[in-house]
Amino acid sequence: MSVFECRALTKKYGSCCAVDGIDLSVEKGRIVGLLGPNGSGKTTIIKMANGLLQPTSGEILIDGMKPGKETKKCVAYLPDREFLPEYMNVKQLLRFYADFFEDFDMDRAEEMLENLDFSKSMYLKKMSKGMKEKIQLILTMSRRAKVYFLDEPIAGVDPAARDYILRTIINNYDPEALVLISTHLISDVESVLDDVIFIQEGKILLHKSAEEIREESGKSVDGYFREVFRC
Amino acid sequence: MWPFKEGTPIYLQIIEEIKTRIVRGEYEAGSQVPPVRELAIEAGVNPNTVQRAFAQLESEGILKSDRTRGRFVTDEKSVLGELRKTMSSRFVTGMIKGMKELGMSDDEIIEAVSRQVKEESK
Repeated sequence: MSVFECRALTKKYGSCCAVDGIDLSVEKGRIVGLLGPNGSGKTTIIKMANGLLQPTSGEILIDGMKPGKETKKCVAYLPDREFLPEYMNVKQLLRFYADFFEDFDMDRAEEMLENLDFSKSMYLKKMSKGMKEKIQLILTMSRRAKVYFLDEPIAGVDPAARDYILRTIINNYDPEALVLISTHLISDVESVLDDVIFIQEGKILLHKSAEEIREESGKSVDGYFREVFRC
Repeated sequence: MWPFKEGTPIYLQIIEEIKTRIVRGEYEAGSQVPPVRELAIEAGVNPNTVQRAFAQLESEGILKSDRTRGRFVTDEKSVLGELRKTMSSRFVTGMIKGMKELGMSDDEIIEAVSRQVKEESK
């Protein structure tokens, strides 16, 4: 059964069509890459899935429901920018998340934090970009959600932070949940993905298993897209 | 994270790595192999991909799964012997092909190999 579905989903900004009639159905238990160049519509889709934008036409469904109060209970969303209050320290952020989300697993968060060597009394505003990204990811992945939307989780971090982030995603794999990762950095994430959805100018060009692409094209997913789609 | 070759399915490369570890004795006959998640983290890949590799190794009889205790390397001598043979013939096939291209006869190939083996073990 699909936990994330789009039906003729369209979003227009004036005359500009950011998402152009997308039909999509994704099942649970998979880690899926939403791939495409900048401005292809990735973030717009994720924002609609989280109720932050309204579709111009068509539908978007999370576990059969339209985005709203009920879906927010089971959707963990990592936006593509810093979104946490800067004046909070790690301890306060943990409490903040535990207050907001019923499915927040404090033990899981504490365990992940222990593997990083910084103190819980450290304030967000004192942290580097890489550290902030890790904290944001830990908070997001510590929820026992049905769907995780990770919008550009590795953009602009160093290779060590990137490996940490990818390991954290693998370690929290849940056969009952869907993880959707949007990124334009295909080569960095492709080994973690079951399936890839490639979008360009608001349209889906391809939705396929990553291993099938490697098998049939004899190339990496990254290499395949560079060649076929020239981007 | 393991270095993967481009353009070959990752599950096949994981199968190769596990077979290599068995032949090298890193995973001993009859011993337990790491759980899916642990190996997925080590390799930096999707757990479903490791699952797929394990499933194929089970169907080849190289791994055995016990519902409660996990997955083990087979202790059947014939299966492990066969595995050693296939792994080594892969190297040998390439070598023979190269030497034939140089115009070597079968005897010359065998002679060259045994000479080199003696040389290396000195």
